Amino acid sequence: MQRVDRWISLLLAVLGLVVLWSARSFPNVPGQKVGAGFLPMLVGAGLVVCAALLFRRSLRGGPRAQAAERPREQQLPPLMVLVAVALYVLLSHRLGFLLVAPVCLVLLFRTFGQRWGPAFIWAVSGTLVVHLAFYKLLRVPLPWGVLKPFY
Amino acid sequence: MDALTTAFGLVFQPYVLAVIAASAVYGLFVGAIPGLTATMATALLVPVTFFMPPVPAVAAIVTATAMAIFSGDIPSALLRMPGTPASAAYTDEAYLLTRSGRAELALGSGLVFSVLGGIFGVLVLIVAAPALAEIALKFSSFEYFWLVMLGFTCAVFIAGTDPLKGIIALLLGLLIACVGLENPAGAPRWTFGNSELMGGIPLIPLMIGMFAVSEVLRFACSTERPEMAVDRPFGNVFKGMWGLIKKYPLALLRGSALGTAVGALPGAGADIAAWMSYAVSKKFSKEPEKFGTGHVEGIVESGAANNSALGGAWIPALVFGIPGDSITAIAIGVLYLKDMNPGPMLFVNNPQNIYAVFIVFVLAQLLMLPFGWAAIKAAKRILRIPAALLMPLILLFCVVGSFAINNSLFGVIVMGVAGVLAFYMERWGFPVAPTILGVVLGTMLEEHFFSSLVKADGQLLAFFERPIAGVLGVMTLLIWLVPLWRLIRSRSA
Repeated sequence: MQRVDRWISLLLAVLGLVVLWSARSFPNVPGQKVGAGFLPMLVGAGLVVCAALLFRRSLRGGPRAQAAERPREQQLPPLMVLVAVALYVLLSHRLGFLLVAPVCLVLLFRTFGQRWGPAFIWAVSGTLVVHLAFYKLLRVPLPWGVLKPFY
Repeated sequence: MDALTTAFGLVFQPYVLAVIAASAVYGLFVGAIPGLTATMATALLVPVTFFMPPVPAVAAIVTATAMAIFSGDIPSALLRMPGTPASAAYTDEAYLLTRSGRAELALGSGLVFSVLGGIFGVLVLIVAAPALAEIALKFSSFEYFWLVMLGFTCAVFIAGTDPLKGIIALLLGLLIACVGLENPAGAPRWTFGNSELMGGIPLIPLMIGMFAVSEVLRFACSTERPEMAVDRPFGNVFKGMWGLIKKYPLALLRGSALGTAVGALPGAGADIAAWMSYAVSKKFSKEPEKFGTGHVEGIVESGAANNSALGGAWIPALVFGIPGDSITAIAIGVLYLKDMNPGPMLFVNNPQNIYAVFIVFVLAQLLMLPFGWAAIKAAKRILRIPAALLMPLILLFCVVGSFAINNSLFGVIVMGVAGVLAFYMERWGFPVAPTILGVVLGTMLEEHFFSSLVKADGQLLAFFERPIAGVLGVMTLLIWLVPLWRLIRSRSA
């Protein structure tokens, strides 16, 4: 945790400085000495101070220094979760919800160890249920994409 | 009286009752699945409540969360995995009871004392909220400024274990709240010319990301697969409960009172209430040596505490618009969407809606007995549903729900980024609650600070001149200064 804290404190310090630098240009409220930059300045300064304190603590091995041993973890599945979200954001308008959602679901079911058959069945039925609930009942305009002619 | 009659009319409609029943089943289900939390249940409900009138929308959240906090006890007892973090404090105790052949006692006490604790919290809410609202009507921007500051302070010092990381989490929340046009000068802050960012970071997709997507990511990382501790039909779970009530009346009262108080503190919710109550229970017990060996006393006290915290959390949420826990942080977003802006004026202008919320609260607690009993009966079947099947579907629900709030993919992007942020924050020991509080209250803080500053003509001392503002201000400063003073004293010693 100490090493992680050290890196985080550096990152936070940079973030704080960027916030401070960019907040200088925010205008004041007419007739007042402060304005839109006040809270960002305060937050930026706070981040820099906290980053310095965290850095100092990580060097000295503060109270949080002893990290609990984490059980064995998988790397690929969480990445695939993000890939599925990214796929949806990039393709849903072009290809349509009814095409992209099952692809994302199959990808995740397979990642989590389901066999092809159940993965496919669950993906299609899950998509249809969500479509029915949100598009038909709640009237959310889920994109049709290339399926527009079937609309 | 008229308002009360109208409130009954608002709740006892087939549509609202159907929403309550459906949310009860949903809450029980989500709570019973390890890895799905009550806050996640709320976040996932929001896109659906978006399309409902105010009373059923709030009813859905109130019912689902109450049920989820109870049903989190079920996998605690059967799998040694808390269904929600609120049950974690007494998971070992409940599991040991099950292992010693007393699963009915573990599950029954979880249910009955959840109901009793819940009713206690609701009664306090019903009595305290209107009384506080009466006082809050006289509040000016000075009092509200200090209330928000006190809220932040509680979230950092009381709810978290590491104040430094709590402050950083809070600052990140405030930073997120800064984005957009909504500031005293009306100037665009970090909008980069993007029209979506002008309106600020959308709250609901952010919450869905932080509370639901982060859980999906956590599940994706883990390799643990739990094992069921009991494979026989359950007997009568209500047997012996009256005896327990007679044996532990003080524990029940203490747990409920502490739970309500902790719930009402901003940033601290049912999970912290349960941990604190369990510790208090052990400290004051006549048989502390039995704790940790499958002893029911801790379950009685902390089981009551986590459910009473739910009612407590709604007190500051309804009266001041300051969330008592992460669930009410989301609920406040829903209240704003439904034109039921929280604050004392809600009690003056819309008393029927407030009474309706109270009625729903009582109804939800009472429904917990039959619904909870049914959930226990169905527990083994629910727990057999593999999470690997649910998680992708939950993610799809998150994506569509985040899209539905503004019909924009920007919401989905915010959801994804927030999910990753919350995932790493938790991993690196940063509490998420202060961030949420910062996001929800950032605008309010700025607004009240500026109007106070204008009124005071730039004099900071004016922030302490009104009596209540002065007390709140001094309290806030003391909470900040006492640890600092202790630190300095320990150094010099």
